[in-house]
Order: sequence, then structure tokens, then C-alpha cells
Amino acid sequence: MNALAPSAAGRDNAARFVAEYQGKRGRLGDLAARDAAGDWLSRHGLPRRTEEAFKYTDLRPLWERDRPAEPSGAGFAPALLDSLFERAGLDRDWPRLVFVNGQLDAALSSTQSGGFAGVGGDTPDHAVVALNTMLAEDGASLHVPAGTDAGRLVIVSLCGPGTDAHLRHRVVLERGAKLSLIEIASGEGSYAGTVVSEITVREEAALEHVRLQQDAADAVSLSHVRATVAERASYDGFNLALGAAVARHEVRARLEGSYGIVHVNGAQLLGGTQVADLTSAIVHAAPHTSSRQTVKNVLTGRARGVFQGKILVNRIAQKTDGYQMNQALLLSEEAEIDAKPELEIFADDVKCSHGATAGALDEEQMFYLRSRGVPRAEARAILVRAFLEDAFDLVADEPVRALLEQATEGWWDGADALGAS
Amino acid sequence: MPAVAETLNTVETLTQSSYKWGFETAIEMDLAPKGLNEDTIRLISARKEEPEWLLAWRLKAFATWQKMEPPRWARVGDHPPIDFQDAHYYAAPKKKPGPKSLDEVDPELLAMYEKLGIPLKERAILAGVEGAEGEAGESDRPQVAVDAVFDSVSVATTFRSTLAKAGVIFCPISEAVREHPDLVRQYLGTVVPASDNFYAALNSAVFTDGSFVFIPKGVRCPMELSTYFRINARNTGQFERTLIIAEDGASVSYLEGCTAPMRDENQLHAAVVELIAMDDASIKYSTVQNWYPGDSEGRGGIYNFVTKRGACRGARSKISWTQVETGSSITWKYPSCILQGEGSVGEFYSVAVTNNHQQADTGTKMIHIGRDTRSTIVAKTISAGQSDSTYRGLVRMLPKASNARNHTQCDSLLIGDRCGAHTVPYIENRNMTAKIEHEATTSKISEDQLFYCRSRGLSEEDAVGLIVNGFCKDVLKELPMEFAVEAQKLLQVSLEGSVG
Repeated sequence: MNALAPSAAGRDNAARFVAEYQGKRGRLGDLAARDAAGDWLSRHGLPRRTEEAFKYTDLRPLWERDRPAEPSGAGFAPALLDSLFERAGLDRDWPRLVFVNGQLDAALSSTQSGGFAGVGGDTPDHAVVALNTMLAEDGASLHVPAGTDAGRLVIVSLCGPGTDAHLRHRVVLERGAKLSLIEIASGEGSYAGTVVSEITVREEAALEHVRLQQDAADAVSLSHVRATVAERASYDGFNLALGAAVARHEVRARLEGSYGIVHVNGAQLLGGTQVADLTSAIVHAAPHTSSRQTVKNVLTGRARGVFQGKILVNRIAQKTDGYQMNQALLLSEEAEIDAKPELEIFADDVKCSHGATAGALDEEQMFYLRSRGVPRAEARAILVRAFLEDAFDLVADEPVRALLEQATEGWWDGADALGAS
Repeated sequence: MPAVAETLNTVETLTQSSYKWGFETAIEMDLAPKGLNEDTIRLISARKEEPEWLLAWRLKAFATWQKMEPPRWARVGDHPPIDFQDAHYYAAPKKKPGPKSLDEVDPELLAMYEKLGIPLKERAILAGVEGAEGEAGESDRPQVAVDAVFDSVSVATTFRSTLAKAGVIFCPISEAVREHPDLVRQYLGTVVPASDNFYAALNSAVFTDGSFVFIPKGVRCPMELSTYFRINARNTGQFERTLIIAEDGASVSYLEGCTAPMRDENQLHAAVVELIAMDDASIKYSTVQNWYPGDSEGRGGIYNFVTKRGACRGARSKISWTQVETGSSITWKYPSCILQGEGSVGEFYSVAVTNNHQQADTGTKMIHIGRDTRSTIVAKTISAGQSDSTYRGLVRMLPKASNARNHTQCDSLLIGDRCGAHTVPYIENRNMTAKIEHEATTSKISEDQLFYCRSRGLSEEDAVGLIVNGFCKDVLKELPMEFAVEAQKLLQVSLEGSVG
């Protein structure tokens, strides 16, 4: 029996990935899970914009990209890592795991993880996750024992031209444990990366998960986080999207114990023809849980920012406190923001709200600064920075926040939006 | 406080009521055979003595409809698939010579008017009593012109002469097709094309009647226009088609109120409403919808799948939708505005109440095309019992919508812990100078508010009624006077049995 024979309804945009999997199937583990994912992909295909969940984000570059016969080796990686230290201000002393083209590079890493934990056996329900399940060969497995503060850990993923990289991380924080996880994605040339992080935060544990996405201009960057949060535990996520031609960061968090907290914050700074999408679904499955989201978009050129945030409050989750705020600054005539903040509520004693704004810089604020002799470009920069400040302030770990702010400084130079009149 | 007195009064009269307007009138009907095919459409068209172009338009819509699938994206849960062949698509009361006085009128019909609260003189006109029209025209009371859609054929239209003097055309659309074919042909289907969606296509194929309103240049319509919709005969889906055109500088306020008899089977209602406003014109369209919502177990009730859309074609034109939705077992309705003319204004004020097993998926679309266009959305959603209520809305700023503005406020109130309230707004901005603000909240009636009312001697149910009316005030104040009172009562009735 060939589990991967596409059914009649099969859609061929996943065919090349399925073929790639079949080529290397012999040397992989977790075959049952991978076969199921491949079968699912053959039947459902990769998502198109006709699907509600991908209404605003076109993933076509993922399967329409030309791939060279000879993808890049790992040669580019040391120099790129150096530039993260030199230019981006990443601290060399923070323990780090470095993955190059989807494989752990022990020489560039400064610490070890529990190794690759496999791809798990969940029933496939999401194309990006299914693709990752089928093809991921490496990833970090992090286990923080009860009551331990593991400090900071950096996971760097670097990709070279023409590569596809699929990483699967597993992070478990036992009761009362703490970890500050910093994920950095970067690369060179045209490539596609998927990273799936399965996160379990047990009772009273706290995970801070900051992601800096600085992928190359031609990259497709897809990340997917699944987090379950137990009683009095917290998952505090922040995603800064700066790079890639098409990027999507998706978080599915589930609050399973009372007094749990989930934050899915972020900022997306985009120019040119970039598209970046922050999609979240937070399920409140226990009473007295809370979730917070503050997402800021700064868009110039013909860039498009997408925010889709869903708060789902189950019947049992009384006393839920949910809040979402999505704001967009449009700095050019052709920039676009698409937002869909969604509330789905089945419990009556809850406090849920969302807000969304979209517009240009406030002319009055601009006038205020200009009338005090601040040049136009500088005035714009001041206002945009102030706009972003609300989001960056939510990153509690100060050196990590500084890293993000440093990364944004670089964006000003690249985007050249603020120099324009 | 009059509102409190009103509230108390209503609750008292309705404590044992299940559905106040649940009655059925037995009148002789002229029915088309069950089923839907090209012959049914030809029959409808022939009965209505329609011109060839309209029949061709219907048949084209029917061909389109046959290729379409019913939409499944609305959050209205599972309902049994609708058998479109198991319904009559045409029902008309049998014609009799006009009665000489009200005494000769079918008492069943009069009883129905009584229950609907139609004033006596208007009843005479509606019942077609000869000579009644002039008399009513002289009346002192505030004038409201009524076009009663009694099932599929408009029984009568009042105040025709007064309106005619002002140059306003207000008549059943079937009559407009005969008397003003050019106007109908020019505008029909230009806002909601026949291929727009599954139910709009169905409506285009089989619509039987509805209202046609034309306000010529510079005319302010001298009275509120009103239509009572009733679904009467068993198994006749209603497919009204309403077309309202306001020429340059014209203005009109249109009221639509609905009640339906109680019955066991689910009934489909798929109306299409098209509004067109030219330069400086304004159209206000108000709806109170309280069709049979099904019983407390979720049996029966109306399926209300409606397409309502207005086009602000002219500069500085304005279209305002106000709706109070308390009835129907399933509601699927998004009154929208296409803001094309520069400086045009769209408004949407909505209260949607669901109780028992009702499901409502309703909201609006504001499409900003022209510069300096503005829109306001205020949506209040109340869920009780085991119902689900969803606000679904779209605000889209297109590249040329410079300096456009939108403000959206969506508030949901949950009563009880077995219902659901959902908010699904789509916000799309493609113009940097356009500004969108969206706010949404979900909450329950606070203990503090309840305690305050209870400590002043209100029963729990009255207190809830009062708080709910306060919650909806922003919308209710947009309703024309006579509707506002009815709407307050309706909110009370709809939420009956949801507390305590």
C-alpha cells in the first residue's frame, strides 16, 4: 500500500515536496506521522487565498520558486553569524544553538540541546505543519526541569541560497521553570524555511519567546507555534518581522489551567513588496485566564501587513480577560493593511475586547515637531519610533528588547521610507 | 420614567405569551405548483404580465443559480439542507370585486390588520374598500404610506395620490415593471447583480413582489414610506425585491417591518434590497424584523437570507441602514454601502437579539471607493438562551479613498452561559490617508447594574430589559419614532425567559 498516492482531489502544488520526502523517506524516523502528513498534503494541497485562513497571504512563492539543482552549502554561515554579532548586537556569551540549512551546526553552536525530538504524531490539520512534519530532520529539544531558571537561550536558523529548511523544536518547561528563548531567523538569497515549535508550559512556569525574523529579501519564512499553558503558567511571545518576501508567524495557544497567561505581541516593519502575516488563535479553556495582544505594523513601499487574531473563549472559561490591539501606520500610498481581529465567545462572565486602527502619521503631531524646527524626516522617525515603543515595551527582558531595537535601527536604513518627503 | 413604565407594561402583557404575532390567516390563495424550474419562472412572469426582457433576466439568473452552491461560511451552524423543490414560488390572494365597506371585507384579513396594529382608515384602504383613499388622505395624524406585501402580491398601496403630487413613485415592483419599465430596467440588478450570491440569484429568478420607490430630483419625500411584510400561506417562500432610487438632492425614509405566522416548518425568506443615491441624495432604510424564531426547542422558524446593498453613486450622497433583528431562526444579513461618490456617507446601526436556539450572522460592508467618504458602524449584539450571534463586517478602503474615515463600534452582551457571541470584522486599508478605527467589546450585564435596578424595586426581568434597552440606545435612537417604541417592546419579548 502506498499511503502517499494522491487521491482524486489531490492538489499538485505540494507534489514537489511530497516527491522530495519520498526521495529521502528511507533515512527518516517517525514514518507513520510523516506518511500521514504527506497523505494529508496530497489531498489538501498547500493553502491558496481561497481558503479563509490564508485569505490575505499568498503562499505561491513557496511552491513556484525555482530551485537550483545544487543548493548552497554551509559555507556562508560563519560570516552571516558574525554579522549578527557585529551588526545586530547579538551577545556572543548567550548560549546558542545554530542551525544551518535545517541542520544543527555544532561548530557554530555554543551549547547543546536534547537533540532532535522527532515530529510527533498529531493528526495533520494545517498545511504548514504538515509540510514541516513530513520534511523536518532536525530541531532543538529543550527541557527545563522543575523550579529551574534556565536563563537565556538563542536558537539561530541560517539558510543559504536555493535551500529549503524545516525545523521542529520541542520546548517543555516543568513546574515553576523559567526560560527566555530567543529565536533568530536569517539567511542569504532565495530560500524557504518552516519552523514548528511545540511548547508546553507546565504549572507556574514562565516562557518568554522572542522571535526576530530577519530573513533574506527573497525568502519565504513560515513559523508556527503551538503552546499549551497550564495553571498559573505564562507564555509571553513577541515576533518582530523585518525580512522575507512572504512571512507568516502563526501562534496557536491553549490556556488549559486557571490563571494562565498568554501574550502574542509583535511588530511588523515592511517595505518594498513584502508581505508579513501575524496570525493567532488563543483558546481559553479554563476559567480566570487572560490573553493580551499588541501588534504594530509600519508599512511603506507596496508592502502589505496582515493581522488575524482570534480569541476563543470556551463555555467553561468564565472570568476570561482577553484583549487585542492591532495598529498600522501606512507611510506610503501603496502600502496596505488587512486585519481580522476575531472574538468567539461562549462564556458569559468574560471581559473581551479588541481594537484596530489604520492610518497615516498624525499631521498635528508632525506639525508640532516641525514647528519646533525638527526636519521632516527626523520628525517622522521620532513619531514612528514612538508608535512602536508600546509594543517593544512589552518585552520584559531588557537586553533582548535592546536587540530588537537594534534590529529596527537597521530597518530604517534599508527601508529608506523615512528619508522620503 | 416612561421607558420603565413601558417596559413594565410590556412584560405584564407578555408574561405568558410565546409569540404574539404567531397567527395564520386562512384566505383563498392562488398557488403555483410546488417546485422550481424554468416553467415556474415562466408562470410567475406570465402571471405578472412581465415584458420579455425581464423574463430573459430571470431565466439567466436561474441558470446562474443552478451552477452556484449555498454559502457555508456564515457562522450559523448546521441546518438541514433546504429543498428548493419543496416550496410554492407563487401565491396570490384570489381576486374579488372591491368591497363597498369594511363590513364586507374578509374578517380574517381585518383580524390580521388588527393584530398588526394598522389604523382603521388604513385598514380600509389596504382591504381595497372603494372610496377609502381620499378620506384617509385628509387625516391629521402623521402620515405614513403603507405598501403591504401580503404574501406575494401587494394588496394595496395607500397615500398614492399625495405621493404622486410630489412626483414620488411608490408602488409594488410588479406594477412598476408595467408602468415605469424604463426606470426598472435602468436600475434593477445594478447594485446587487443576479450573480452576486446564491440567494440573490434565486431571488432574481423567482422574485414575486416588493416595493419600488423613485424620488425625483430635489424632492423630499413628504411622508415616511412603510411596508408590512407578512409570510402567510404555508410553504411559500417570500422573495421580495425592493428597489429605491433617490435622484439628485432627493431624500426618503423607508420603514420595513415584519411579522410572520407561527408554523412548524422552516421557511426560507430571501429578499434583495437595492438602494441608489445620486448627488446629495439621502436614503434612510429602517427595519424591524421579528419573524417567527422557532419554539424554545429550536423547532421551526424562518430562514432569513437577505441581500441588502446601497450604492452612494453621487457626491455627498448618504445611505443609512438601521435594523432591529429579533426574529427568524437563522439570520444571514449584511446591509452594505458602496461609497462611490466623493464625500458620500454610509451608516449602519444594528441591534441583533438571539434567544433560545436562534442563530444570527449579521453585519455590514462599507466599501470606500471615493475620496472623503465616511462611514459609521454601531452594532449591538445580544445573545441569550442557547443561541449564537455573530457580527461579521468588512471595512475596505480602496486606493482612491483619500481622507476616508470609518469608525466601528461592536458590543456584545451575553445573557446566560449557554449562548455564544462572536465578532468577525475584516479591516482592509489601501490608502494611507484613510483612517479606520474599530472597537469591540464583549461583556455580560454587570452585577452592579442589576443590583442598582433591583434595589429600586424592579424585578430581575424588568431590570434586564431596562439595561438591554440602555445598551441598545445608540441604535434605537436612530429609528423613526413609531418604530422605536415597537423595537423596545420587541427586545423585551425576545429576551423573555432568558433570566431567572
